[in-house]
Amino acid sequence: MSAFVMPSLGADMEAGTLVEWLKRPGDRVERGDVVAVVDTQKGAIEIEIFEAGVLDRILVQPGEKVPVGTAMATLRSNGAAQEPEPAPPQPPPEAPPEPERPPPEPPPEVPPPEVPPEITPPPEQPPVEVPEPEAKGGVRVRISPAARRRAAALSLDLARLRGTGPEGAVTLADIEAAAVARVSAPPSGRAPGVGFDPAAMRRAIAAAMARSKREIPHYYLTQTVDLRRALTWLEAANRDRPPTERLLPAALFVKATARALRKVPELNGFWEKDAFRPGAGIHIGWAIALRGGGLIAPAIHDADRKSLAELMAALRDLVQRARTGGLKSSELTDPTITVTSLGERGAETVIGIIYPPQVAIVGFGRIVEHPWAVDGALAVRPVVSLSLAADHRASDGHRGGLLLAEIERLLQKPEAL
Amino acid sequence: MTEAELRQIVLDTLGDIAPEADLAALPPGKDLREELDIDSMDFLNFVIALHEKLGVDIPESDYPQLVTLDGAVAYLRNKLGI
Repeated sequence: MSAFVMPSLGADMEAGTLVEWLKRPGDRVERGDVVAVVDTQKGAIEIEIFEAGVLDRILVQPGEKVPVGTAMATLRSNGAAQEPEPAPPQPPPEAPPEPERPPPEPPPEVPPPEVPPEITPPPEQPPVEVPEPEAKGGVRVRISPAARRRAAALSLDLARLRGTGPEGAVTLADIEAAAVARVSAPPSGRAPGVGFDPAAMRRAIAAAMARSKREIPHYYLTQTVDLRRALTWLEAANRDRPPTERLLPAALFVKATARALRKVPELNGFWEKDAFRPGAGIHIGWAIALRGGGLIAPAIHDADRKSLAELMAALRDLVQRARTGGLKSSELTDPTITVTSLGERGAETVIGIIYPPQVAIVGFGRIVEHPWAVDGALAVRPVVSLSLAADHRASDGHRGGLLLAEIERLLQKPEAL
Repeated sequence: MTEAELRQIVLDTLGDIAPEADLAALPPGKDLREELDIDSMDFLNFVIALHEKLGVDIPESDYPQLVTLDGAVAYLRNKLGI
C-alpha cells in the first residue's frame, strides 16, 4: 500500500486544487497513467502516477486545495488483496465535520438594549476544516477531459455551461452548442480565464525568476551563427512535405542543442543541495509564450534521440496543450535545461534567466540577414544570435563556450540532424 | 462555396488560433501576424487548418500571399476556382 501524493510541479508550487479524478477506486493503473487533473498556477495539469497497482481509496475530493505532498489516494500493489478498511488517517473528506456552532442563544427575556450589533463581539467560531470551494466560479463542473479541452480551445467559461449529460455533466455536444450560441452573442471583450489564471501564472513566474536571480550566479555567452545552410536545407525539405509535416527552424534548434548537450553534460541537469545532479536523459524545456501573457516551458523528452519530424510534432502538440490545458505533470517536472526561441517576430537576441533548479538556458533570437565575412569578402547571410546563460556553480565559461560551438557546428550540417 | 463562405472559414480558422481577438475589427489588408500577434508556429497551424478544411495545397513559397485576410481569401479563391 502506498500513497499517491500531490506532486510538486516546480520549485514555486505550494499547493494544488484537485479538479477531477480520471480513475476510480478499483481501477488498475500503470506507471505513467494520468489519474487526476489538478489546477495549479500554470493551469490545469494532468497528473501521472509513477507506480503500477490498483487505486484503492480516494482521500481528496474535487474542489479541495491541498499542499504539495498531501496523500490524495492510496494505491495497492498489483495482486495484493484489498486491505481491511484501516482506521482512516484523517476524517473522510466526503463528510467534513459539522461546524461546531455555539448553541443558539436562548430567547432573551428582556428586550436587548438597542445597540448596534457590532459592539458585541460575536462568539468566536471554532476553526473548521472545510474543503476549499472550486477556485473559479464557485461551482464544480462535471465535464469530461475531452469536453474540457474543447471548451478551453473555444475559451468557454465552464461555470456558465449547462450540462445535459449524466448528473448534469457537460458533454462535447453541450460545448459545441454553447460555441454556436456565443457566435450570435455580442463579443464580451476578453474571454474569461480558462486554461490558466494570468495573475497566478504571473506570481509563479515572479517566484521562480526572483529565486533564480537571488541564488544563481549566472554567466552569459553569445555567438552569432550562420544559418544559410540550415535554411536552404529546410526549404528543400519542406517543399516535399504536406503542411502537417513541415519543419520550423525551431525543430533544428532544439535538435542541435540536445545533441550538443551530449558533449557538455554538466549543463544538462540540476543544482541541488550544493551539488550538480546530471539529468537522466536530455529533456528540453521548450519555452512557450501564452497568448494574453505568461510563459511555460514543458519538456520534450529525450530530444536528442527524436527525429526532426518527431520533434516538430512534439513542439506543435506542446504549444497546443500549453494553451488549452492538458500538460502532464512529468512535462513540468522533467526538463533538464530550457531552450527559448523567439521566432520570426521576436527580438534579435535573448539572454535568458535560468529556471531553477536547472543550470542553463539556451536562447535563439529572430533570424535576420546580416553582413557576413566569407573568404575575405562581404556577403549577406541569414544569421541567428545564439546565447547561453548558465549557472557558474555547475560549470565554467569555457565549457559553456564549447556547447555553443557544438550547436553552431551541428547547425552547419542540418542533413545530419 | 461562395466567397463569403470562404472568408468565414478563414476567419473561423484565425479565431481558433487567436481566440481572444475581435475578428470583426481585423483590418482585411493588414498583416495578420502583426494584428493578431501570430508567431511562426501559429502561422503554420493556420496553413495546416486551411489545408485540412479545404484540401488546398499551400506550398511554403506561397506563404507571403496569405499574410493578410484579403490576400488569403484571394489566394484560396484562385486555388479553389471560385
